[in-house]
Amino acid sequence: MLELGLFYTAATISLVSTILAVTRYNAAHALIYLIISLLASAIIFFLVGAPFAAVLEVVIYAGAIMVLFVFVIMMLNLGSSGDVSEHVLLKPGMWVFPSALSLVLFVEIVYVLQSSEHILKGAVIGPKAVGIELFGPYVLAVEIASMLLLAGLVGAYHLGRRYLVDARQQR
Amino acid sequence: MTEAVVIPMEHGLLLAGILFLIGLLGVLVRRNIILILMSLEIMLNACGLAFIVAGAHWGIADGQIMFMLILSIAAAEVSVGLGLLLQAHRRFGSLDIDQASRMKG
Amino acid sequence: MAEFTFLIPLLPLTGFLILFLTMGNLPKRLVAIVGVGSVGISALLVLFTAVEYLESRQAITATFYTWMNVGGFTPHVAFYIDGLTLTMMSVVTGVGLLIHVYSSLFMLDDDDYSRFFAYMNLFVAAMLLLVLADNLLLLFVGWEGVGLCSYLLVGFWHEDPANGAAARKAFIVTRVGDTAMALGLFLLFMHLGTLDIGPMTAAAIATWPDGSPTLTIACLLLLGGAVGKSAQLPLQTWLPDAMAGPTPVSALIHAATMVTAGVYLIARTHDLFLMSPIALHAVAIVGAVTLLMAAFTALTQRDIKRILAYSTISQIGYMFMALGVGAWASGIFHLMTHAFFKALLFLGAGAVVYSLHHEHDIFKMGGLRKRLPVAFWSFIIGSAALAALPLTSGFTSKDAILLAAYESDWYGPVFWGAGLLGALLTSIYSFRLVFIVFFGEVKTEPTEPAGWIMAGPLLALCLLAVTGGLIVIPVAEVFPTVTGTHHNQTIAIITPLVPIVGVFIAYLIYLRHSLDVSSLTNSSLGKVLTKFWFSHWAMDWLYDHLVVRPYERLAELNQKDIVDWIYNFIADVTWFLHDFSTQSQTGQMRTYAGVMLLGLVLMTGIALGVSIQ
Repeated sequence: MLELGLFYTAATISLVSTILAVTRYNAAHALIYLIISLLASAIIFFLVGAPFAAVLEVVIYAGAIMVLFVFVIMMLNLGSSGDVSEHVLLKPGMWVFPSALSLVLFVEIVYVLQSSEHILKGAVIGPKAVGIELFGPYVLAVEIASMLLLAGLVGAYHLGRRYLVDARQQR
Repeated sequence: MTEAVVIPMEHGLLLAGILFLIGLLGVLVRRNIILILMSLEIMLNACGLAFIVAGAHWGIADGQIMFMLILSIAAAEVSVGLGLLLQAHRRFGSLDIDQASRMKG
Repeated sequence: MAEFTFLIPLLPLTGFLILFLTMGNLPKRLVAIVGVGSVGISALLVLFTAVEYLESRQAITATFYTWMNVGGFTPHVAFYIDGLTLTMMSVVTGVGLLIHVYSSLFMLDDDDYSRFFAYMNLFVAAMLLLVLADNLLLLFVGWEGVGLCSYLLVGFWHEDPANGAAARKAFIVTRVGDTAMALGLFLLFMHLGTLDIGPMTAAAIATWPDGSPTLTIACLLLLGGAVGKSAQLPLQTWLPDAMAGPTPVSALIHAATMVTAGVYLIARTHDLFLMSPIALHAVAIVGAVTLLMAAFTALTQRDIKRILAYSTISQIGYMFMALGVGAWASGIFHLMTHAFFKALLFLGAGAVVYSLHHEHDIFKMGGLRKRLPVAFWSFIIGSAALAALPLTSGFTSKDAILLAAYESDWYGPVFWGAGLLGALLTSIYSFRLVFIVFFGEVKTEPTEPAGWIMAGPLLALCLLAVTGGLIVIPVAEVFPTVTGTHHNQTIAIITPLVPIVGVFIAYLIYLRHSLDVSSLTNSSLGKVLTKFWFSHWAMDWLYDHLVVRPYERLAELNQKDIVDWIYNFIADVTWFLHDFSTQSQTGQMRTYAGVMLLGLVLMTGIALGVSIQ
C-alpha cells in the first residue's frame, strides 16, 4: 500500500517536472526540472525492484549527462540574451498541432494498455543478478556498447576541439 | 521490501508513455537546440522506464540490462550532440535549429 | 543470255558506287572512263540481248531472287524482256552513251566532275531497272530512283539557291504524282493480289468486268503518276524550271528518258487501260490539252532551253494522245524518235550556250550559222525532225500518230485537229528559234566551238534523227494491232503539209521580216495573250494561289504550334507538381519530426484497427 502511494507520488512529480522542463524559456531552469524528473524516475525504479538501475539513473544520467548539459550551457555563456531570443523562438501557437498528434497517440496507448491487467511480482533483482546476466548472455552487447562509447568520445572530442581553439583565439 | 508489491504494470507503462509524449512534444515544438536535446533525453528515459517495468513484470534482469544499454547510448549521443551544438552555434551564431535549412527545396 | 541481263543495270550502278566511294579523288580522265565506260558496256550488253531477242522473238523473264514473301505477296527481283523493254533499253543506253560522251568534255571545267558522273550513272541504273522490271513494285523502285537523280542533277550547282529551289519543285511536283501512283498500286494489289505484269492482266480479267469503277480509279491513279513524271497536265510546271541543271542533264533526263517513264508505264499496263475506256479517254485528253498548252507557250519564250523544255512537254503530249487513241506502237515509236532529235537539240543548245559564255536569251544571239557550223546543222536537222518535216524520223512517227488519231472511234477527228494545230505551232516555234539564233546579225561573239568529243555525239544523233524513221521497233507482238485502216486520202495529204506551212510562216516572220505580226502582238489583246502564254497559261500563278499560299497561311496561323502546346502542357503540369511537392521539403528538422510522428500515429492506428477486427 505504501509502495503504491509512493509510486503515484513519484509519478506525479515526474510528470509535472517534465512538463515544466519542456516549457521553460531559460535553459538552465529547464535543466534543473529535468534533473528532478530523473530523480523521480529513480524512485520508481527502486519501487519496482530494480535498485541497480535506480542507482545508475542517479549517478550516470542525472550525475554525468545532465552535468554535461550544464557545462555546455555555461560555455555558451548566453546570459539574458538567451532568454530574450527564446521568447522569440517559442510561440504558444506552436503547441497546437503537435499536441493534437500526441493526444491521438496517447489515446492509442491507453487503448492498448487497458485491454490487459497485470500486477508486478515485485521481486527485487539486485546488482548480482544483473552482473551475472551481463557477463553471460549479454557480454557481446557490453563490448559493443563500449565501442559505441569510444566512438562517441572521439566524435565529441573532434567536434568540440575547433570551438575551443576559436574561443581561445577570440579572447 | 519482501512482501508483494502491488503496482499495476499498465500504470507504469502508461507513465512511460506519457513521459515519452511529453518529450516528443518538446522535440517538435522547441527551437533551441539545447532544449531539443534535453527533450530527447526525456524520451530515452521514458523508454528506459518502460523496460524496467517490463523486466520487473517478468522477474528477470534483462530489463535493467536494456536500461543500461540505453544509458550508454544516451551518453554517447549527448556527447556528440553537444559537440554538434557547439559547431552550430559557431556557424549560425544562434541556437535556432531552423537556421539549418540548406536541405530546403 | 537471260541470266546475264542483271549486269545491264548493275554496271552503271557499279560505276556510281566507284565514283561515290572515291569521293572525287580520282583524276578526271579516270572518272570519265568509269562513267562513260559503264554505260558503254551496258549498251553493248543491250545490243547482245537485242540480237538474241530479234532472232527468237520470245519474251524472256529472268528471275534473280525473291524479294520478299509476305502474306502471300511474293514480288521477285526479275527482269521481263520483250520488244517494248528492248526499245526502251536501247534508247536509254544508246542515247545515254552519246550524252555521257558529250558531257565528258562539256563538264570538264567543273570541279564536281566526279559527282556529276556518279549521279548520271545512278540515273541510268535506275532507269534501266524501271524498264526491265517484271513487276510494278520493282518498277516503282526505279521510278523513285530516277526521281531522286533528277533532284540531284537539277540541283547540281547547288551553291545558287535558285537551282535548289528548282530541284525541289521538280521533286515535290513529281512526288504528288508518285503518291497517286502508289495509291494505284495499293488498289491493284488489294484486289488482284499480285503486281507481276503478266499475272496481273489475267487476274484483272478474272476479277473485274470491263469498265469497272475500281479498275478505272486504279488506272486513273496510275495515270496520275505518269503525268507527274512525264510533265503533263496538271503536273507539268516543274519541267521548265528544271532547265536550271546542266545541259546534258536536260538532254538525258528531261528529254530522252525520265520524262518518257510515264509513257512507258501506260504502255506496259496497256491491258488494264484497255479494259477501262474512261481511263484511256482521260489519257488522250490529257495528252491533247497538254500538247496545245505547251505549244502556245513555246511561241512566246526567250530562253533557248525553256523553248526546248516546253517543246518536250508538247511532244510527250503527242505520245500520251497516241496511247489514248490506241496507237500504242506509234506512241512508243515517237518516244524513240523524240529521244533522238530532242537530245540532239539539247546538246546543240549546250554547244551554243557554252560558246556564248552561258548566254541563254535567244534575242541576244544571232548569226551563228557561220561561226558554229556543227551546232547549226544539229539544230537544222533536229528542228526539222521536231517539226515533222518529210524525210525525218519525226515525220514518220508524228504522221503515224495523227493518222491513227483520225481513225479512232472516240472523237477521232477532234484529236487529229488538235494534233495538227500542235504540229503547226511546233514548226513555227522551232524554226523561230533556228532563224533568230542562227541567222541575222551577230549580237554576241562566240568563242571557239567545242572539240570533237562534243561534235561526235552530235553527228551521231543527227544521223539517227534522219534515219531513225526507218527503224522498225519490235513491239508488234506486245501491243494489240490497230484495226480499221480505211485511210482517208485527203487527211493523208493534209497532215504532212501543215508543218511545211508552219516553217514558211516562221520564215516570213523571223527571217525575211516581211510578215509583220507586231501589230498583232502589240495590241491590247495581243499583249494579254502573250503574257498569258508566256506564263504557261498562268499555271504557276494558279498553283501558287491554290496550294502554296493557303499552306503558308496555315503555317502562319499555327505559329504557336498546337501539337507543341500539348507537349508543353505536359511539361508545365510536371513543373507545377514539382513546385507543389517541394513545399514539403522545408529543410526544417522539426517538420520532418512532426511528419514522422504523423506517420507513426497513422500506422499504429491502422495496426490497432486491423487487430480489432
